[in-house]
Amino acid sequence: MQLTINGENYDDLADGLSVANLLVFLNVPKGKIAVEHNLEIVPKSQYEICKLADGDKLEIIHFIGGG
Amino acid sequence: MPIQDNKLIIAGQEFSSRLIIGTGKYKDYAENAAALEASGADMVTVAVRRVNISNPNEPMLVDFIDPKKTVYLPNTAGCFTGEDAVRTLRLAREAGGWDLVKLEVLSDPKHLYPEMEQTLRAAKMLIKDGFKVMVYCSDDPVFAKKLEDLGCVAIMPLGAPIGSGLGIQNPVNIRLIVEQTSVPVIVDAGVGTASDAVVAMELGCDGVLMNTAIAGAKNPVLMAEAMKHAVISGRQSYLAGRMPRKRYADPSSPLAGLI
Repeated sequence: MQLTINGENYDDLADGLSVANLLVFLNVPKGKIAVEHNLEIVPKSQYEICKLADGDKLEIIHFIGGG
Repeated sequence: MPIQDNKLIIAGQEFSSRLIIGTGKYKDYAENAAALEASGADMVTVAVRRVNISNPNEPMLVDFIDPKKTVYLPNTAGCFTGEDAVRTLRLAREAGGWDLVKLEVLSDPKHLYPEMEQTLRAAKMLIKDGFKVMVYCSDDPVFAKKLEDLGCVAIMPLGAPIGSGLGIQNPVNIRLIVEQTSVPVIVDAGVGTASDAVVAMELGCDGVLMNTAIAGAKNPVLMAEAMKHAVISGRQSYLAGRMPRKRYADPSSPLAGLI
């Protein structure tokens, strides 16, 4: 399947990935991040349950320096 | 006898310092952490941005400034509509797990002046959603009052444009806002050097928020320490109550007994 993650295309991903699977695949630590799935926030408790589908859009954010 | 000063309390949370510092524009996070230490601040503003997927192991702010010891205040820098701001802070709440936030909705990138209509809209939406909103705003007492009436937990008027370092451009308005406001008033943006922070505090502000004044100094860590003293000094000066201004000289040594 294909996903758009942080504005970039990712092709040929395994079907049926959960958010938790995807974070492991991308090597992104689960610590202080948040995930938005098709404009809906995914609570941390739902990472295992939330399944991704072809064409989904994700945003993965964290805190950086700012004023 | 020194006057027992109250602590800065924002939305029920007590802070030991009246200085809040930003975490942008530093050479690296290590310098940022050293400046924080020197400043004595216990709250920092942070931005919410995309994780760099291609390099998830790049240095992270949380590895240098521990969010358990220092309050992270997520901002909405870069947002130009109320909807952008709400979306950003909902994500920040999920990432961090706290609801104290800094709302800033900007207008023209040239002056970064707050877009006050959008700011009011966004504040309303965020407060309804359970956020505790510290709000960056113009130094207009009318808008400041509207934001307080909506339930914002701190009013944060600019002293001068963001990153300009021009100092407090409109002390009359800042003073009017201080007098009319019952939640903390924090000058946010415009401070360039330690004396500017003193001026803000002498006007009766409850605190000062700054980023570039420290990060953009030749020696940021030393400037951070100077700002710590400036905020304390300005606060004490405000509490002490300055002498009246006079139009003519008044000798300090008595004239009686002159030989």
